[in-house]
Amino acid sequence: MAGQNQRLNVVPTVTMLGVMKARLVGATRGHALLKKKSDALTVQFRAILKKIVAAKESMGETMRASSFSLAEAKYVAGDGVRHVVLQSVRAASVRVKSHQENVAGVKLPKFTHFVDPAAASGGPSNASPSLTGLARGGQQVAACRAAHVKAIEVLVELASLQTSFLTLDEAIKTTNRRVNALENVVKPRIENTISYIKGELDELEREDFFRLKKIQGYKKREIERQRANARLFAEEQLAEDLALKRGISVGAAANLLVAGGEKDDDIIF
Amino acid sequence: MAGRANIPTNSSALIAIIADEDTVTGFLLAGVGNVDLRKKTNYLIVDNKTTVKQIEDAFKEFTAREDIAIVLISQYVANMIRFLVDGYNKPVPAILEIPSKDHPYDPAHDSVLSRVKYLFSAESVASDRR
Repeated sequence: MAGQNQRLNVVPTVTMLGVMKARLVGATRGHALLKKKSDALTVQFRAILKKIVAAKESMGETMRASSFSLAEAKYVAGDGVRHVVLQSVRAASVRVKSHQENVAGVKLPKFTHFVDPAAASGGPSNASPSLTGLARGGQQVAACRAAHVKAIEVLVELASLQTSFLTLDEAIKTTNRRVNALENVVKPRIENTISYIKGELDELEREDFFRLKKIQGYKKREIERQRANARLFAEEQLAEDLALKRGISVGAAANLLVAGGEKDDDIIF
Repeated sequence: MAGRANIPTNSSALIAIIADEDTVTGFLLAGVGNVDLRKKTNYLIVDNKTTVKQIEDAFKEFTAREDIAIVLISQYVANMIRFLVDGYNKPVPAILEIPSKDHPYDPAHDSVLSRVKYLFSAESVASDRR
């Protein structure tokens, strides 16, 4: 694993250890939250999948019904009806309204169709579709129109499901990527950093301990030496005192010999 | 991420259609058609004289327009520009493949439905295993 033995580039101090621990807590909490979000999205996603399959099937039915009714209308009203329809297009009366739905922080678009009353009842511009088939087959034309409006209902529903599907798919992928990134990269890295800092701190502590020990030993030896010197000095003092009492200085006697040895050339040995 | 930011919440949008003449006629009769001041339509009638280039252009135009929320496209027309339809992955406008009268509807060709089916079977298998 690439992320296994990586660590952040930090100075191993106690402060940094605190910061890293806080970050690890944050990463853990974020991971848990994102996991929950991903679960919620998946639940929604499955519901939408089921609905999409059902809607696609019903779309087939509705489209068949509407094209059949169009055939009926054409049979009754004559083939010319479609030229009338095609030429009298002005402004759309059936429109789509879109609004957002919030699922676990993901905005899903929802479409609802509505009939624009201004354009539908609208003045002379849109009067002709309602007059289509006035000569003959008006009822079939009306039925055909109703069938197609129904088809549009189903199609708008399906479109909104499909859009939600795509958006959710994207959102789930992103969330899962984040969850995995936190789990497999960020958290191990922070953990590695923490163990590194702990190791370094322990090392420092050991070094410190060793140094203290060393200093202590040195001091002990120093004291020992001083004490030995003091003892030696005290013994010498004692000896000198003794000698003084006898009337002759140990040092003087020694000095006499040494001084004589140094200065007197007559003394051969 | 790219698709999530740009969901417009305008009050009304249009439905665009790319299909054969009969399907378009039916939907126009229902009141979907729109012709704006520059004589631009929100539908394209595909007959045997229509070139693939024209369909491509119409598809690109409809998906780029901001006042269109849904693009209905006949499946056999979608098959002609399959590479465009499959490459399209924005949530709005939504591309919807519809069956046409002369051509039977084949769910296997639908770009979204094939994904749905794939995920559906994968998920049901996964849930069975659990």
